Amino acid sequence: MIRIDSVTKRYPDGTVAVDRLSLDVPDRSITVLVGPSGCGKTTTLRMINRMVEPTEGAILLDGEDVRRRPVTALRRSMGYVIQNAGLFPHRTIVDNIATVPRMLGWGRRRARERAAELMERVGLDTALAERYPYQLSGGQQQRVGVARALAADPPVLLMDEPFSAVDPVVRKGLQDELLRIQDELGKTIVFVTHDIDEAVKLGTMVAVLREGGRLAQYAPPAELLSAPADAFVEDFLGADRGIRRLSFLPSAALELTTDAVVPADAPAERIAAADARHLLVTDPEGRPLGWAEPGELTAGDIRTDRLLPPGRPFVPGTDSLRVALDCAVLSPTGWAVAVDADGRVTGVVSQQAIGEAIRAAHAVGRTDRAGVAP
Amino acid sequence: MNGFFDIPSDLQHSWTGLIGLHLREALLPVAAGLLLALPIAQLCVRFRRLYPPVLGVTTVLYAVPSLAFFVVLIDYTGQTELTVMIPLAVYGLVVLIPAIVDGVRSVPRETLAAATAMGFGPVRRYLQVQLPIAAPAIIAGLRVATASSISLVSVGALIGNQGALGNLLAAAQKYDRPELAVNAVLTMAVLAILCDAALVLLRTLLTPWMPRGTRERRAKPAVRRERPEPEGAVR
Repeated sequence: MIRIDSVTKRYPDGTVAVDRLSLDVPDRSITVLVGPSGCGKTTTLRMINRMVEPTEGAILLDGEDVRRRPVTALRRSMGYVIQNAGLFPHRTIVDNIATVPRMLGWGRRRARERAAELMERVGLDTALAERYPYQLSGGQQQRVGVARALAADPPVLLMDEPFSAVDPVVRKGLQDELLRIQDELGKTIVFVTHDIDEAVKLGTMVAVLREGGRLAQYAPPAELLSAPADAFVEDFLGADRGIRRLSFLPSAALELTTDAVVPADAPAERIAAADARHLLVTDPEGRPLGWAEPGELTAGDIRTDRLLPPGRPFVPGTDSLRVALDCAVLSPTGWAVAVDADGRVTGVVSQQAIGEAIRAAHAVGRTDRAGVAP
Repeated sequence: MNGFFDIPSDLQHSWTGLIGLHLREALLPVAAGLLLALPIAQLCVRFRRLYPPVLGVTTVLYAVPSLAFFVVLIDYTGQTELTVMIPLAVYGLVVLIPAIVDGVRSVPRETLAAATAMGFGPVRRYLQVQLPIAAPAIIAGLRVATASSISLVSVGALIGNQGALGNLLAAAQKYDRPELAVNAVLTMAVLAILCDAALVLLRTLLTPWMPRGTRERRAKPAVRRERPEPEGAVR
């Protein structure tokens, strides 16, 4: 565990970058430091590997002050990923990745094998091994940066706005990749970003810092969104935190109805019996074809080309309430279509029912917190 | 027989001998200048405030005419090659120091921070990261210093025939043999061009990691297309 113990960084000109910051970074999880520019998040990160020395306080790694370890050995035991990747332009991709193992005295062959293994792990074609950084796209360079940080298998990974210089599509890919790698490797990651969405998406714990390097709130993302500590955090989270919070609520508990689902070859009495303003028509395998009003349907001869599009379906249990709500909002009828993993309809649910589920989840959240409070 | 390559005996060298001498008098000062410039430039990078005064001093030294330099030095080093080479080395500094400083400063901040974070000590970082990345800029400086040094050696002819090929210019006047002057000028020009070409070759060999000229750059997208990486397309 990394313990940041009332650390202050004051520069000679009197500027306070970090002000009595205390944080416990749990092992094998992603802890995100987020805040506006000038909040001391990068300074805090750099104090962990001693690129910046604290003025007061201490940083403990597994109970031991990081200042008691030789600085180069400390740094080689922590992977570091930086914005724009910071690759060595004069070294090939494989040599970039093998840097720390080589410094640790690994043989050339072993280090290169390790590098090739890591290229695959971060989703890079090993054919790129002998290329130079200028021949790679920004996103590929950033993957190399992650591979390089992981090369000597350090227990700790420090990431300083690693994905903020790439475009949104690539960034999302890199974030998903990081989560996948973290699932496999279970590193203790400290991740700095100014992007609250990134923080909420990646963080197991999120520390919101405010200008002057003071901690505003330290909580899991769901708690951050549901109970911001003060106006600063609330403002920083943005206007749609209520919607975003739904990402953390499961959709499995939604009550689905199958009354309004009819197969394309349904008999007339089935259509007549259906008591709904809209019917979802499915193909023989049970996959959604589209919506229709009951009066428009002629039994045995359903014109599938006249149907309204079914809209994007969601998978209960896998997708969150946010996805379910999104599907309902986008659906032409206001009903979201639930499917199983194979894409077969398991039922439909209305916006109203989703709204009730949200209110119920909030109520549970409130009693939970009330129960914890003394 | 007054041939083009027929060197008057008082120069005590054949034509090829003069070429060897000229190269030595021109290139040794450049090498010495480089050895001197590297630590000075590193100090200038480390202590930013040092750079403007250092640049000022080297520029003032550069403004001293070579002949005046020689005259001052004759009191100490006599009419020797050294008297020619010391000013040339000093002149080299005015080109090499800024070249190295710019080169070292051109290392991207992220690359430097990443090196530090990976546990590079200052010496390793300088030798393995900063210097190799500064190589193109340093070689560009060396090209200017070398060309100017090759031409300036000839001024040494004025202090006891220490000008190597430059001595041919004096001999041309003395013996009324203009072809010797043509020989001197052409040979020096060819030497300068060959040395320059050698430095360009050196840079090419040292920097396979630099984006090359337009021809290769045009070939690059084709290379990229063969990998179906989404990032290649969005970049």
